[in-house]
Amino acid sequence: MTQRPSLRGLGASVATTVFGATFATTTAFLVVTAALFATLFHQANAILASEVLSALAVEVDGLRKIEAENGLAAVQQAIEARVRSPGPGLYFLASRDGGQRAGNLSQLPPGLRADQPLFSYEGAPPSGTRLAAGLMVKLTDGSLLVVGRDIDEQRTLAERLRLFALLGFGVVAIGGIGTGLLISRTVLGRVDGMTEAARAIMAGDLGQRLPRSGSDDELDRLAGSLNDMLSRIEMLMAGLKEVSDNIAHDLKTPLNRLRNRAEAALREAGSVEDLRRAHEQTIEAADEIIKTFNALLLIARLEAGAVEDTKQPVDLSEVVADVAELYAPVAEEAGIEMKLHLAPSPPVLANRQLIGQAVANLIDNAIKYGRRKPCGTSGERGDETAASVLMVEVAAQFDTVAIAVSDRGPGIAPEDRARALARFGRLEKSRNAPGTGLGLSLVAAVARLHGGDVVLEDNAPGLRVVLRLPTDTRR
Amino acid sequence: MRVLVIEDDDEAASFLVKALKESGHAAEWAADGASGLEAARAGNFDVLIVDRMLPERDGLTVIRMLRSEGVETPALILSALGEVDDRVKGLKAGGDDYLTKPYAYVELLARVEALSRRSSPQEQVTRLMVGDLVLDRLSHRVTRGGEPIILQPREFRLLEYLMKHAGQVVTRTMLLENVWDYHFDPQTNVIDVHVSRLRSKIDKQFDKPLLHTVRGAGYVIRDAAT
Repeated sequence: MTQRPSLRGLGASVATTVFGATFATTTAFLVVTAALFATLFHQANAILASEVLSALAVEVDGLRKIEAENGLAAVQQAIEARVRSPGPGLYFLASRDGGQRAGNLSQLPPGLRADQPLFSYEGAPPSGTRLAAGLMVKLTDGSLLVVGRDIDEQRTLAERLRLFALLGFGVVAIGGIGTGLLISRTVLGRVDGMTEAARAIMAGDLGQRLPRSGSDDELDRLAGSLNDMLSRIEMLMAGLKEVSDNIAHDLKTPLNRLRNRAEAALREAGSVEDLRRAHEQTIEAADEIIKTFNALLLIARLEAGAVEDTKQPVDLSEVVADVAELYAPVAEEAGIEMKLHLAPSPPVLANRQLIGQAVANLIDNAIKYGRRKPCGTSGERGDETAASVLMVEVAAQFDTVAIAVSDRGPGIAPEDRARALARFGRLEKSRNAPGTGLGLSLVAAVARLHGGDVVLEDNAPGLRVVLRLPTDTRR
Repeated sequence: MRVLVIEDDDEAASFLVKALKESGHAAEWAADGASGLEAARAGNFDVLIVDRMLPERDGLTVIRMLRSEGVETPALILSALGEVDDRVKGLKAGGDDYLTKPYAYVELLARVEALSRRSSPQEQVTRLMVGDLVLDRLSHRVTRGGEPIILQPREFRLLEYLMKHAGQVVTRTMLLENVWDYHFDPQTNVIDVHVSRLRSKIDKQFDKPLLHTVRGAGYVIRDAAT
């Protein structure tokens, strides 16, 4: 935050790309315009001058003709006539001694030469010294004739134009640089905002987002894309944190238990037999930890999709029948009646072991949690077994094959369902139940690996888990 | 039985060698792939225990080379890698069984003993006998003391596997793998229930039980008299 003033200083504004670009554009524009104006001026002057001079030459020719036909006096008359009518025409007809014989110029213009047609003369007050162009010729009898034209108006116009052009350049130059500064300050301000937000995010505040102006320009769109990316990262980080929390909990709790047991055995064991039993318990606890660890590892591997090449066409009904048969005696002993409904279905490209494990987990869960009344509730015991039906179905639906396992247990509350399927997710209630409690997570991971999904439904009462796998072989 | 342990971890290897010797087997140790390969070629071993990750030559390469040279000694692969596709790779390379670390020693011992039996010609026998229990692999008939016993197809395969390894401890995971062809870890005691059902059919009405539970390990079928 403290860096903002220094970042926003003039130096910083000038040092931006935007300013550089604006400055360069303005300069280029000015140079081109100046060149254009200069050429235009030069050309206009040249055209003007040559036009004036050729008109003068025509007039001189006319006067020469008059002299040739009617003599010098006629020339003098013509000049006097022309001088009387108002106009830009300037004349000087010199007498033999060099004095003025006719014309409105009081003397022979001093600077006038054949190669230098411009001269200045004293006009009638209040105009003062004025600019003119003229031709000086020698008539047949040797007297000098000057025919000129006042071009002071043109000069004033040209000067005014030049002034305006210079003024224009100034305005454009200042405006261009100013605009550059303004734009770069605005952009810089927004980029500074983004830089600041990015710094805050890097410092650990993942909730921060880049500011947007709401104009939907390219900076806004960039900020929007980056914000979407940040949201995704934040989500992943949250997921990762949850996952590591879950893993820590799943492994630390039994590790702690194991340690406590070993300590207690060391402290309390009175006989070799006691020690032996404690040792056995320790190994059992270690085995449980290994099981949980393996389940976590397997889920992680599945989520990473690292088992592509083990897929082959699998008849789901066959797998389900196999696994159901494996679990049938357990279900029977638990007082649960397992019913199978296996409709013919097209083969699915799958890893048979993983599908088998997923189905086993579903049936295992249904047997563990799917009884009508959870233990601890007294009464209605006679009703318990009769209603404990475990239904296992396989059915083809459009381009998927669905395996559904339904029980009559307490089910999972709608708000808990997403959690039960989350990566490494397990419900609080299952944490202390036997098993790793990662069964459904694993089923969900297997489904994702095969491009399918898992849906938890209300079996009213009970839970119905549907594992859907695509028959399509696309990956 | 002579066992060769190819394992680079000293502690794990010495534990294995010691435990195998205590179980009544001769065990030797090779610490890397190259020396393991040499020992396996030269020595007359019944079973190889090969760690998958070895310095110089990895376990799978060792097995592959042995197989290409015609050495058919059964091999058990030990691996710290998970089991989804690694198991398949291990068996494809010529391994005969696959065990993931960390493992229980009883599990390893049971598998090693089962492997050693595999190399003997028992496989071809059509009638398996344990005491007065007879299983006919051709007619799928089982009798005990001459009395027929009716078994479900799966129960028949379960009994067949147990009898094929009569006198050897067979673990629950071995049964799940060989009778059901699944390699996952069933969280519940599914196998126990199947075995106890089988036991009720073959042992219940007879004085002498044949199918025994080995605590902490698995099951064994044997005639107590022998």
